[in-house]
Amino acid sequence: MSAIEVKGLRKTFGTLEVLRGIDLDIESGEVVCVIGPSGSGKSTLLRCVNLLEQPTAGRIAVDGVELTDPDVDIDAARRRIGMVFQSFNLFPHLTVLGNVMVAQRKVLKRDKAEAERVARANLERVGLADKVDAYPEKLSGGQQQRVAIARALAMDPSVMLFDEPTSALDPELVGDVLGVMRSLADEGMTMVVVTHEMSFAREVADRVVFMDEGAVVEQGPPARVIASPEHARTRTFLARVLDPAAARVGELED
Amino acid sequence: MAAGSGTAARRGGMTRRQRRRLVLGGEYGIFVIAVVLLVALADWRSLHENFFNWSVAKGLFPDIITVGLRNTVLYTVTGFALGLAGGLLLALMRLSSVLPYRWFAMAYIEVFRGVPALLIFIFVGTGIPLAFPGSNLPGGVYGQAAVALGLVSAAYMAETIRAGIEAVPRGQTEAARSLGMSQSRAMRTIVVPQAFRVVIPPLTNELVLLFKDSSLALFIGVSLTQRELTKFGRDLASQQGNTTPIVVAGICYLLITIPLGYLARRLEERQKRGRR
Ligand SMILES: Nc1ncnc2c1ncn2[C@@H]1O[C@H](COP(=O)(O)OP(=O)(O)O)[C@@H](O)[C@H]1O
Ligand SMILES: [Mg+2]
Repeated sequence: MSAIEVKGLRKTFGTLEVLRGIDLDIESGEVVCVIGPSGSGKSTLLRCVNLLEQPTAGRIAVDGVELTDPDVDIDAARRRIGMVFQSFNLFPHLTVLGNVMVAQRKVLKRDKAEAERVARANLERVGLADKVDAYPEKLSGGQQQRVAIARALAMDPSVMLFDEPTSALDPELVGDVLGVMRSLADEGMTMVVVTHEMSFAREVADRVVFMDEGAVVEQGPPARVIASPEHARTRTFLARVLDPAAARVGELED
Repeated sequence: MAAGSGTAARRGGMTRRQRRRLVLGGEYGIFVIAVVLLVALADWRSLHENFFNWSVAKGLFPDIITVGLRNTVLYTVTGFALGLAGGLLLALMRLSSVLPYRWFAMAYIEVFRGVPALLIFIFVGTGIPLAFPGSNLPGGVYGQAAVALGLVSAAYMAETIRAGIEAVPRGQTEAARSLGMSQSRAMRTIVVPQAFRVVIPPLTNELVLLFKDSSLALFIGVSLTQRELTKFGRDLASQQGNTTPIVVAGICYLLITIPLGYLARRLEERQKRGRR
């Protein structure tokens, strides 16, 4: 049984067709990096996988539970899916510890001591054990994103979705967040990561999926997709990402 | 130098500083003349006798505090509590995905903001007992005043709270939902607490307004011990043929409304600084 199974997923916003039939099977423990130009539908794909967006058509199952079934308890299903956002979205009115505890208490109904124990353990895991009492605004972007990861992990998810987790960070803070994600991958977490960090994709991903205009153009092991892509669109995209300074003015329009 | 004096000459032979002094001097001059005229023309003895009569003022205590101010505070605080609960409910209905809820909230807000508060007091005080004889709000006059003030302020607070809820970024709800919280759980635990931080200053201003509106309780038909500041002041003024009780009542209001207003401005400033 796949950890995530996406079949014939379509999503339209009004007349704009953002996802045009996506098929994707992700094995348990697999790390998949999704790359592609801005606007190609990567975020929408992730948001459909935990139903933050309602798919227009298609089937999505996580851990064998079909999310697109109208009778499924979506709140229960979402607990099994951790999500990390580009803009962190920490709760500013709660401390770091409060951020990591609140859903455990209110959703999983863990008692206070248990929730705090789990929260501290996960904050330890992301290297922020000393920040438990701080409010999010006092933290750097990198620290906030690591709290957001700990917050998701505290719910014991079976899969983790990351939507450009390092895109909003100053360059020197990217490494800490990627380091946490890398160790998570080493522990065998099933992960779908939308990212522009090619070195992370190359070294950590089991598979790289290249999306363009709402469809999967090609996918495969990073060594193949990144080093010797089959499709011209993939090559153009990778050339720009790997060497942004080399883009010619004429190429920017297409 | 030559260019500078040339400019000054064109504007009537004065530098900017000179003109500024002249204007300021003129404004102060008018003010001083007005004060002198007032002092010279006013009948100070009669003014003092009627507005600041010390022995009349002394006779008001302690009742003006233990009855008047106490009831004003009581009506206001209970009215505010009801208004807050109602306002929150209306704000949530206004934002609900259920169409009839939205309609109801919008209609309520329009009606209660568009009608004089006095009318609501008369309605609650006279209309409801007439329409439903034998029906009694718990707490008698206290209940009626609280309900009337609550009905009015709920409409205003609903709009304030709604704006506060809408000011909370969408990502907050999404993060909460992605952790498995239901829509209503996310609202209660994540969105509303953040919204309330935003709306505390405007709600404090609403409390100031309510303090003044609580004077309308006198239209409900209150007994001697249920009189709030305004009715208390008015009754004693007519009893004694002297305006001093009204003045003292006014001062009692200011003792509460000025510090509250100041607090609201402070909170607002602190929030603005925090945002940056
Ligand atoms: N809620 C929405 N309403 C309308 N259009 C949207 C919405 N969300 C995304 N889109 C559009 O869908 C397309 C794909 O967006 P997105 O999935 O965010 O792409 P990516 O993450 O690959 O940059 C974009 O053209 C975007 O404008
Ligand atoms: Mg995106």
